Amino acid sequence: MTYRDAMREALRDALRRDERVFLMGEDVGRYGGCFGVSKGLLDEFGPERVRDTPLSESAFVGAGIGAAMGGMRPVVEIMTVNFSLLALDQIVNNAATLTHMSGGQLAIPLVIRMTTGAGRQLAAQHSHSLEGWYAHIPGLRILTPATLEDARGMLWPALCDPNPVLIFEHGALYNMEGELPEEPPEVDIESAMVRRPGDDVSLITYGGTLWKALAAADELAGEGISAEVLDLRVLRPLDDAALEASVTKTHRAVIVDEGWRSGSLSAEVAARLTERCFYDLDAPVERVCSEEVPVPYAKHLEEEALPQVDDIVTAAMRTVRGQVPQAAEAGRV
Amino acid sequence: MSAPAPTAEHARDLLREMVRIRRFEERCVELYSASKIRGFLHLYIGEEAVAVGAMQALAPGDAVVATYREHGHALARGVPSDCVMAEMFGRVEGCSGGRGGSMHLFHAPLRFYGGNAIVGGGLPPAVGLALADRMRGADTVTACFFGEGAVAEGEFHESMNLAALWRLPVLFLCENNLYAMGTALERSESETQLTLKAASYEMPAWSVDGMDVLAVEDAVRRAAVSVRAGGGPSFLELRTYRFRAHSMYDPELYRAKEEVERWKQEDPIERLVAAVGDLSADDLDAVESEVAAELDAAVAAAEAGSLEPASDLTRHVTYEGALA
Ligand SMILES: Cc1ncc(C[n+]2csc(CCOP(=O)(O)OP(=O)(O)O)c2C)c(N)n1
Repeated sequence: MTYRDAMREALRDALRRDERVFLMGEDVGRYGGCFGVSKGLLDEFGPERVRDTPLSESAFVGAGIGAAMGGMRPVVEIMTVNFSLLALDQIVNNAATLTHMSGGQLAIPLVIRMTTGAGRQLAAQHSHSLEGWYAHIPGLRILTPATLEDARGMLWPALCDPNPVLIFEHGALYNMEGELPEEPPEVDIESAMVRRPGDDVSLITYGGTLWKALAAADELAGEGISAEVLDLRVLRPLDDAALEASVTKTHRAVIVDEGWRSGSLSAEVAARLTERCFYDLDAPVERVCSEEVPVPYAKHLEEEALPQVDDIVTAAMRTVRGQVPQAAEAGRV
Repeated sequence: MSAPAPTAEHARDLLREMVRIRRFEERCVELYSASKIRGFLHLYIGEEAVAVGAMQALAPGDAVVATYREHGHALARGVPSDCVMAEMFGRVEGCSGGRGGSMHLFHAPLRFYGGNAIVGGGLPPAVGLALADRMRGADTVTACFFGEGAVAEGEFHESMNLAALWRLPVLFLCENNLYAMGTALERSESETQLTLKAASYEMPAWSVDGMDVLAVEDAVRRAAVSVRAGGGPSFLELRTYRFRAHSMYDPELYRAKEEVERWKQEDPIERLVAAVGDLSADDLDAVESEVAAELDAAVAAAEAGSLEPASDLTRHVTYEGALA
């Protein structure tokens, strides 16, 4: 089974469990979803519950908000985070505020799913990683399933949340293969999770870069360095306790984030670590982020722009072996 | 086509509702000058016939979405005036608990969904409310009010198209008061005949004299019947005029005083009185004193209302209740 299949199973399960659940978005029906996630669901559930929409991100995201207020449990698919910018008004000005502006009268049990990330030579307009931006907004919950369990398990608790939940699916993960038990394990949408325990340095990441961090941890083990890999899973609200627990144990942190460095989620995590764990740190916090450039098309340039396993290994080695951080050395932003 | 003559009782109700809104807002202006009310204050004075006429045509379970100029809509829909006034004061007794203010009046039990201060921002959720109602098998309609300024926004076009495509029960009620802040319609639209835009989405569309409360009521009633019966959305342009400034900070450089004076001859309250011969001077006095008493009480209650403790600041960022 693939990550894509796991996500489809999650949708099928939600559509079966609760008749108020419906899916809408561009090409989710007849086309089967632009990444094939919803393939077959139209035949199974019909056009009322698997709705193809026009190319109107603002209208169908806003319609999801209205439908949620009206007692339904909509799952809105936006093809990719890049196009979600056309629905920013609805997400930021309505979904995130209506509960508050109404003095707590309105619940918005809405799920918005979208693909995020780069790495497939799609160039600048199809390669954004803006989940960190959305994590800036009070009133939203931001999920980044990186494993099959989370792809399968996060949707249902997200639908049970009375607040808008955004699920970011990294495009490079859809074909990832794995096994899931017949009865899929329940997962929460609150906590970060240690994916590999270790003692010397915490590699803190989420989404598509989880697998790069795990590969880096393998390499580091060969160097005699025991790296812990912490998967944030939920970017808002952040699991401060898990961050603190990991870093007070390892005393070193490398944050890996496919978003840009400036004003990013990695900056937020680094700031929290200095606020909460300053006296436990034995080395400056390191960050491995995307270069501050629109993601280029050419393969070698794209690879150079994105966080890679080698970058993570190098950064982790620096924190452990006590060298000057490369970013400071080169005077990079 | 003229609207049917109302019964004396109905005429009196319409009059009282329009007078309530007018006097409510006049009080707000005084209270604004006295710094009791702050923030943006957008007055509906002159446009009362639109909200009052339209609300007559709605049934109890119908949903309403409005804009930041929505005191009149909230009052006409039945949100109690003391809750609205308390909201203006930022009191916890306000209809949005003091979190919304003038531009964000909400009342969930009445299905009054705000109070949206982003021009065009209320249209997509209105489409979604209608979608939910239809999927749940309810025969309700969603009345979505917006100014003619919103017609230039993409959200207007996306929402009109989606509602028409899916034949959803939305009443699009465009309050054309000729100006979006200082921008006249002909300075922002290549096509100023708004019904043509709706017609291009295959949606029935009429233009109505929005200074005539009876005409508004009649038109919205007819449109609501068709929308409720599953005929898909309808669009009404209500031609109206705002007598006051856009908000409290508007020197009105963009329109002539004579123009405003000319429109004041069309005052919807006076026109109703003129149209309905049998409203006596006693009737008018009685309405005024009823309204005055109601508003005295509303202001007193708002004055006496309480402030939410600052320790509650971060409440209501997420929903605190349980989902059904
Ligand atoms: C998207 C957006 N752009 C600009 C504004 C600032 N603004 C507030 S009211 C207004 C005019 C809107 O005019 P109209 O829709 O005709 O409604 P009216 O105020 O006349 O009732 C503008 C431009 C806004 N609130 N939202």
